[in-house]
Amino acid sequence: MIGVELRKTFGRPRTWVTIAVLNALPVLVAVLLRLTDLAPRPGEGPPFLSAVLTNGQLYPLAALAIVLPLFLPIAVAVVSGDAVAGEAQAGTLRYLLARPAGRTRLLVAKLVAVLAFVVVTVVVVAVVGYLVGTLLFDARPVGAGTSVSGTSLTAEQLAARTGLAIGYVAVSMLGVAAFGLFFSTLTDSPLAAALGALAVLVTSSLLLTLDAASPIAPYLPTRYWLAFVDLFRDPVLERDVVRGLALQGVYVGVLLTAAWANFATKDVTS
Amino acid sequence: MTSVIVTRGLVKQYGRVRAVDGIDLDVRAADVYGFLGANGSGKTTTVRMLLGLVLPTRGEVELLGGRMPRAGRRVLPRVGALVEGPAHHRHLSGEANLALLDAAGPGGSRRTRKRRIAEVLDQVGLGGVGRRKVGAYSLGMRQRLGLAGALLRRPELLVLDEPTNGLDPQGIAEVRELLLDLHRGGTTVFLSSHLLAEVEQLCSRVGVLDRGRLVLQDEMAHLTAPTGATVVDTPAPERVRAVLDGRVLDTSGERVVVRGADPAEVNALLVGAGVPVTGLALQRPTLEEVVLAAAGTSADRVERP
Repeated sequence: MIGVELRKTFGRPRTWVTIAVLNALPVLVAVLLRLTDLAPRPGEGPPFLSAVLTNGQLYPLAALAIVLPLFLPIAVAVVSGDAVAGEAQAGTLRYLLARPAGRTRLLVAKLVAVLAFVVVTVVVVAVVGYLVGTLLFDARPVGAGTSVSGTSLTAEQLAARTGLAIGYVAVSMLGVAAFGLFFSTLTDSPLAAALGALAVLVTSSLLLTLDAASPIAPYLPTRYWLAFVDLFRDPVLERDVVRGLALQGVYVGVLLTAAWANFATKDVTS
Repeated sequence: MTSVIVTRGLVKQYGRVRAVDGIDLDVRAADVYGFLGANGSGKTTTVRMLLGLVLPTRGEVELLGGRMPRAGRRVLPRVGALVEGPAHHRHLSGEANLALLDAAGPGGSRRTRKRRIAEVLDQVGLGGVGRRKVGAYSLGMRQRLGLAGALLRRPELLVLDEPTNGLDPQGIAEVRELLLDLHRGGTTVFLSSHLLAEVEQLCSRVGVLDRGRLVLQDEMAHLTAPTGATVVDTPAPERVRAVLDGRVLDTSGERVVVRGADPAEVNALLVGAGVPVTGLALQRPTLEEVVLAAAGTSADRVERP
């Protein structure tokens, strides 16, 4: 069942087009930077972007920071919103359930497929970022990476922390996927489900800019998304990263339980 | 005779509307069961409850001896279904669609999958287009592919909702032959349809649904049994009335209905009296007459309260 869903997700051209489009923006930014040499000043623009001119190995992180606010969540919301509602809209859901695929099994398989999409997408963005970064910018010799705090990191430290950052971004996107999957069990329209998940994220981002919303700010799903930058401080600033992981964990747990409770007892009339 | 589908007091309530109102189905092994009803009479909701897609408000469903929806994992692999038209992934080929569906549940061996897919595609007449994308299929081809999906695991029971939708007359005849063929091989067929002719040609038992209620459930042979009257075609109906005085039940044009279940006897009397007879037959009610007598007006009609 899980194999079937993975084949469906990665066997459809749309998935790869999404990933390709997602990579187009960081590549474009890199080319423009290379051509103009006009990096944003430190502290402005997406994180890491000011540093890549001197060290191309940081570009995977800059690439993630570029797609993180908008492109990546859109892609994840579309794919996760499509998970169940897409099958309902196409009418294939009734045949899967009459097969019988088992409702809980189907939901788990859908979740795994969305998870795989998230991981593959984030890793591809990082790998493309690395290739573009080392190709277009100077790669510092081994042992001379720079932390955000200004101290230097060894190549191993840099690689390990980049890995952690990729993992952290993937977990953040899992929260988006949980919203998408939950809405996907509520409606038969994949578009409505994806827009629902995006509405949550837009609301969250907006509220974060509002001082009056500060009491609830720590519980908003997008609050700690950029905390992966803290992994590159020296020493690592763990507080926000840990809070971010815990927050996403709670969202994912609650939303998946709700999705399951709804889907397992739902009348499938699509 | 073992029962394949049994429902007891099955009710489905949507808000204030009762879509299915306490029906007791009884489909036996080796039946070709025609489930008739107008549009909106609750056929599809019933079929969905049989398959565990919709959960009943009250009552129970027993499918191949298992209580649904709990026994679904055990009994559904032995059931082939076509519900409200076929549905496939358009960007995949017919073969790939069948393979994914087969792999999505229990009871379909991976080892025999390729062979089974080739077999059912040949069986429904799609052997030549199995590799083509479903997006390029015609409506009739998709309907055939849906049927192929239902047949993939050689099910004991076929639950088919309007299986000839979208097919041309030749296609309808082909599907009818296919179903009769499967039936001869021991498959029970539950055919939900609003097409009287289809049911009349195929089915051995009939259930009629009217506004959520099962108003009739009987053997086709009983329903269309001779009425005990004989139909005489003659160019001289008034002379028939003169010869068989008191036995004439009805006259319309050149057709006279006469009491008496023996056409030979009626014929002998008429010919003996020199009345020309061009046609002679036992009177049988058509399925249409039976259904119209049992069911009320069309469910599409919604009168003001």
